[in-house]
Formats: sequence, C-alpha cells, structure tokens
Amino acid sequence: MTVVAAAGRVELEGIDVRFERAAAQDTVALQGLDLRVGAGEIVSVIGPNGCGKSTMLRVIAGLIAPSQGTATLDERPIEGPNRRIGLVFQEPRLLPWRTVAANVAYPAELAGIPEPARDARVTALLGRVGLLDAAGLVPSQLSGGMRQRAALARALALEPDVLLLDEPFSALDAMTRERFNVELLALWGRLRTTIVVVTHSISEAIFLGDRVAVLSARPGHLVADITVPLERPRTLDMLDEAAATSTAREVRRHLAAAEAGDET
Amino acid sequence: MKRGAILAGLAALTVFVLIWKAVVIVSGFPPFILPPPEAVAGRLVQAWTTGTIEPHAAATLLEIGLGFLVGTLLALPVGYGLARSAIIARLVSPYIVAAQATPILALAPVLVLWFGPGLLGKVVICALIVFFPIAVSAMVGLRSVDAGLLELGRSLRATRRQVLLTLEIPAALPSIFGGLRIGITLAVVGAIVSEWAGAERGLGVLVNLARGSLFDTPLMFATLVTIAGIGIVLYLIVVLVERRLVGQR
Repeated sequence: MTVVAAAGRVELEGIDVRFERAAAQDTVALQGLDLRVGAGEIVSVIGPNGCGKSTMLRVIAGLIAPSQGTATLDERPIEGPNRRIGLVFQEPRLLPWRTVAANVAYPAELAGIPEPARDARVTALLGRVGLLDAAGLVPSQLSGGMRQRAALARALALEPDVLLLDEPFSALDAMTRERFNVELLALWGRLRTTIVVVTHSISEAIFLGDRVAVLSARPGHLVADITVPLERPRTLDMLDEAAATSTAREVRRHLAAAEAGDET
Repeated sequence: MKRGAILAGLAALTVFVLIWKAVVIVSGFPPFILPPPEAVAGRLVQAWTTGTIEPHAAATLLEIGLGFLVGTLLALPVGYGLARSAIIARLVSPYIVAAQATPILALAPVLVLWFGPGLLGKVVICALIVFFPIAVSAMVGLRSVDAGLLELGRSLRATRRQVLLTLEIPAALPSIFGGLRIGITLAVVGAIVSEWAGAERGLGVLVNLARGSLFDTPLMFATLVTIAGIGIVLYLIVVLVERRLVGQR
C-alpha cells in the first residue's frame, strides 16, 4: 500500500487532570500540559516517576477526561475511547483463559467484525510480531516478551492510526528490550502509525522517537521538546553517534532539572 | 480423569472396607448394630436388583437435581447483583445470611408445612441450602476481575454485556465452580433432610424404613452407601464440567 499517513494527529492543549480525593486535597496529575504529535510521528515521553505520563496516555486514549484543556485526534475532540487508538499497557493484560490467537482477536470480536475476516487479520498480526507458532498457547505458557508481543498485536488489531505504548518493555531484560525496539521500528516502517511511547530509559526514548518530550514532576507539564537528530531507518549503533549522545545529555539535563522541581 | 486419582480413590475405599471389617471382627458387634461389609455389599446388590432402592434413589436424585438447578439459577444473578451494587449487597445480605444461619434441619419442617410433602417442598429446601455458597462464590468471583482487564475492555469500548460475557464471567468461573462443588454436596444433604421432614419416597425415607419397621440394618447401610455414591458421582460430574469450562489457565 502506498497510503500516505494523513490520519493520526494528536494535540493536547492546556490539559489539567485532577483526581478527586475524599481527603483534604485533590491530586493534580497534570497541569497545563501541551503536546503535539504529527500524523505518523513517533514521540517518546519521559519524566520523573509519578509525573503523570500514564495519565497523559489515558487522556489521549479517552479513558480519562481532562478537568481542563482540549485533547483532539485529527482536529476532533477526544470524548471517550476510540477504536482508532491502540493501547499497549505496562503489563500485557492478556485474558488468561484465552489463547494468544483469541486474545489478539478480542478487539475485533468486540467490534463485531465477522469471524472469517477476524481470523485472517489475527494470522497476519501474529506473523508480524513473530507469534504464529504460539497462536494456540495460553498466556501462562508464554515468556514475558512473548506476552508483550501478543499485547502489541492486539493493540494493532483494529488497524489504529495512533498507537500508545505505556512503558511496554519495562518488565523485559535489556537484550530483549533492544530487540523489541528494533522490531517496533520495523513495524512502524510498514504501518506508519503515530506512536506515543512512555519510557523511563533515555536511550530508548532517543532510539525510538522523532522527538523526546520531557515532562516535569507532578503536576506534569511539558518542560522540553527535543528533536532527535538521527536518520531513519535507525540502528542500535546510532546510539553511539555524537548526535545521539549530545541529545541524551540534553534530555538528562532537563530530567534532572524536572526532578529537582526547578524548571530551567 | 487421571489414573492416579482413580487409584487413590480405590485405595481409600479398600482401606475403609478393611478397617470396617477389622472393627466388626475385633468388637464383635452383632450384625444389627454393625453388619460386616460383605453383608452390606450383598444387600446392596440385592436391593438394587429386586427394585427396593431404585424408586427411592430416583426420587432423591430428582430432588437433588431440580433443587441444585433452581438454587444455582437463583444464586448466580443474586451473586451478580451483590458484586455489582453496594446497595443491593447491603439490602439483601442480612436476609441471605439469616437464611443460611438458620439450620436447615430446623427450617425443613416449616418449609414442608408451607410447600407440602411433595416434590415442591423438597426442591425449595435443596435450592435454599445450595443458594448461599453459590451466591457468595459468584459474588467473590465477579469482584475478582482484574481492574486492568476492565480498563482494557473500556479502551475497546466493550458494552456492559460484552464485559459481563468476555471478562467478568470467565474471570469468575473458577470461584463459581468452588461454590458449585460445595453446593452439589449440600444438595444431597438438603434432599435427605427434606425427606426426613415428611415424604413418601426417597433414600432418606428408606433409611428410616430400614431402621424402623423393616429392622433391616444391612439395607440401612446399603442405602447410606447409595447416598454417598450419588454424592460422589454428582461431585465428580461438577469437577468434570469445571475441567471442561475452566481448562488450563
């Protein structure tokens, strides 16, 4: 297919998220967050622990309504969960009683896509993430990496324009993680979905992203939006290039400032 | 079923019979107090072939089956309501607990008085006794659904019905089957108790007949063996269905 990815532009403007608590004070997770992600772009989001990165993803996914500000997908306000947005959580969240194939088929099943079409799609997706041989296994028979692959395949099941990844590889060992990131980029090379990926790793953020968005400590807002000066397709070796290391230094500087709570 | 489980069952039975026989020999109890196992086995075969037990067993089995079915069908939706709504839980729990706390033995005569000595009264008693464990296990099971899976369902725009069918029920099944296992054994208790409270037929009636007017202790034991057998077989059926539905996780 030679479709130019025109869909999948995400814009957050002045987003506040306040969680109401019964006790004295509400928790403010996000305050005045702005973020623009172009169609087909990959943006890595990094920030101190508990800064509201996951909350931000949930706003985009339509799972949390912001207390203030606007979130839009291709100019249309995000008013709830949307099938054009695929979500990969930190944990695989597979249905333990279903096989891998049935888990990947789940979104299509809920969407009422008839079985023959569903099956063809599941087979294609399992092929893409390298799980064809595991189609008939249940999650407890899989390794952590395989489970997360299945979760990725499931997030792609409805051919979303936007893929949101919430620290999807944080539970995996470093080697698996690197391989995974390479595969993710290869997949992106074919699908050109917009990707917003939350991560804790600076090198991962740089390797994956066109830009790295650095959030402040809670209440989170954008403190730096750094363009990654690396070509695509990317290889792991590029992380050793001068451009990558200077970007890493910049990200680290902003992160340190954000963690210290001082915003310059 | 695995061969190991069958062998273990047979071993347990053999040990039980051997001890029984040993007690008979050592104690010297007369047969009308404790008949030897071979006498009971002989009476059991005879009672079945001559049709002494069969109509009673059929009556009891019908009571157990209907009572268990009705109790389950009532308990599952109530368990769902208890799990879903704190208000329902608060309003209904006192009645459920009170019904459970009142011994069925004491309640049975009242229920027979109201619903008559026929099948209806028996089914009511069986249903009542199986209701509690199944409702509670359904409630616990439905509440046990992983919050992460519910959020996944929400992100995929699952309808209320889809959440119930694809997330809540599958997640609750292991717990529900725990309740069904307890329920099916209690249904046997319920049936026998209900027959004691007034009935013309049933294994509970036969135990009384054998003890009283017939003065046939081996038949009494043969009836007990039959009741135990029914309980075990029904329990195993529930376990088999559970294996089929819950499977490997």
